[in-house]
Amino acid sequence: MERTRPIVYGKGLRPLSIATVVAMAVSLSLVFFYAPLEAEQGFLQKIFYLHVPLAIVALCGFVLGGLLAIQHLRTRDPRWDMRSYVVIHMSLIFAVGTLITGSIWAKGSWGHWWVWSEPTLVSFLIVFLLYATYQPLRFAIEDPERQSRYASVFAITAGAFVPMNFIAVRLSTAYLHPRVLGSTSNLPGPMALTFVVSLAAISLLFATLCKYELTAKHTRAQIRALRRRLAGESAAAPPRARSAAPSLQHVTAMSARATGSSAP
Amino acid sequence: MSGVHAPPRAPQTVRPARPPRLWPTVRALLRKELLVELRTLESVPGMSLFAVATFVLFHFALNRSSVEGDLAAGILWVTLLFAAILGVNRLFVADAEQGGFDGFLLAPVDRSAMFVSKVLTLLAFLVVLELVAVPAFALLLLGSPLPPALPGLLATLALGDVGVAVIGTLVAAMAVRTRARDLLGPLLALPLFVPIVIGGARATSPLLVAVHPGTPAIRWLLTLGLYDLLFGLIAYALFDFLLED
Repeated sequence: MERTRPIVYGKGLRPLSIATVVAMAVSLSLVFFYAPLEAEQGFLQKIFYLHVPLAIVALCGFVLGGLLAIQHLRTRDPRWDMRSYVVIHMSLIFAVGTLITGSIWAKGSWGHWWVWSEPTLVSFLIVFLLYATYQPLRFAIEDPERQSRYASVFAITAGAFVPMNFIAVRLSTAYLHPRVLGSTSNLPGPMALTFVVSLAAISLLFATLCKYELTAKHTRAQIRALRRRLAGESAAAPPRARSAAPSLQHVTAMSARATGSSAP
Repeated sequence: MSGVHAPPRAPQTVRPARPPRLWPTVRALLRKELLVELRTLESVPGMSLFAVATFVLFHFALNRSSVEGDLAAGILWVTLLFAAILGVNRLFVADAEQGGFDGFLLAPVDRSAMFVSKVLTLLAFLVVLELVAVPAFALLLLGSPLPPALPGLLATLALGDVGVAVIGTLVAAMAVRTRARDLLGPLLALPLFVPIVIGGARATSPLLVAVHPGTPAIRWLLTLGLYDLLFGLIAYALFDFLLED
């Protein structure tokens, strides 16, 4: 008799984790042993290989969260909402990383923890302030279905706001400070290579962390559904504790019941 | 955006012979909103008083009797936005508490009518607010003459108001049925208003100088226009999803 269906979300988690570890190791070795020291900033410039990829990945994550939310509103499948939630959640963490590394870099090269002339940093603060209301918004809505719907509306609006905000902030900075790079095109070869590898490593890290969170949430929901079945089909679902995170409770309950009915 | 009162995604079985078109519905809703505001005077007087009181606060906080340029533009825009947030917070309260949403959802009309009418309502509130706040600002704080700045100022304010009305309506609808709506509304709205402050204040500041006032730079007006267009479309498309229950 088939006991449970295989956990789909955990599939490929191990190879992905290994790939991430390898990529991070390669990227860090490149950063410290291969990439040349920058002429003006010296060793400090190496934070660039962490700061800029974090920023890019967080930014893409926010936009991706909006795209997943569009999918959620189109299909009404709570799994899309879960993905959108996890991606935004992780991007928020990466955005905090961007703010901290950017702040350290600013302190090192200009002597101040905060510089308003650095548009990336300022934009990130605004985006961070906006997305910091994502979880309070979810938390303030009790009905899970409405919570996910409103969260998706927020995610789409905010996802469109991210590029708009960058345009406005970049326009508003009167002068751009001499950037180590505006684009990767003016980087010398070894630096560009290190940057690309770092970007790939951070992207992999993002994907892996998202997958871990999705797997954990999905597993928890499955365990809860199985426990309920063990307690008897008639046992009413316990009142769900209020939470900002979406739950897959009703989905897994349905799928568990479906597999249960196939097995005698 | 089906115009029937069946639940969404259900097959459309009953359809009124001729569903009311969007604009008559919008006009009726707008008339209702303005009547309610005229009879209760809940939002606009409060917003205007708030703006004037904030100018007084700025006078003492900055210890200046007159301001110009960047400072003047910043004070004007921040005050207007904060006053607008008061209106945003109240925009849907009556609908949520006294069955306005239910009544609207039961009516066989296009759901977008509510969004359009609320945006126009908020826009009207903002225009009245500015009719009070801008002269008051010129009287109390502004160090440069207002009349030469008026054409540019009006254009910038109009563009800014559209953005505030669109985003304000979306945020208000999102916040009104949460438990912490008074808190969530401003928290959601303020970061979203940042591009409006950037565009509005930068466009306004060259107008508000005593000697050789300039004209608003076209790129700021473009930024505001792009913002209005982008979020107007997004809010229009997403608003229906906030009304579904």
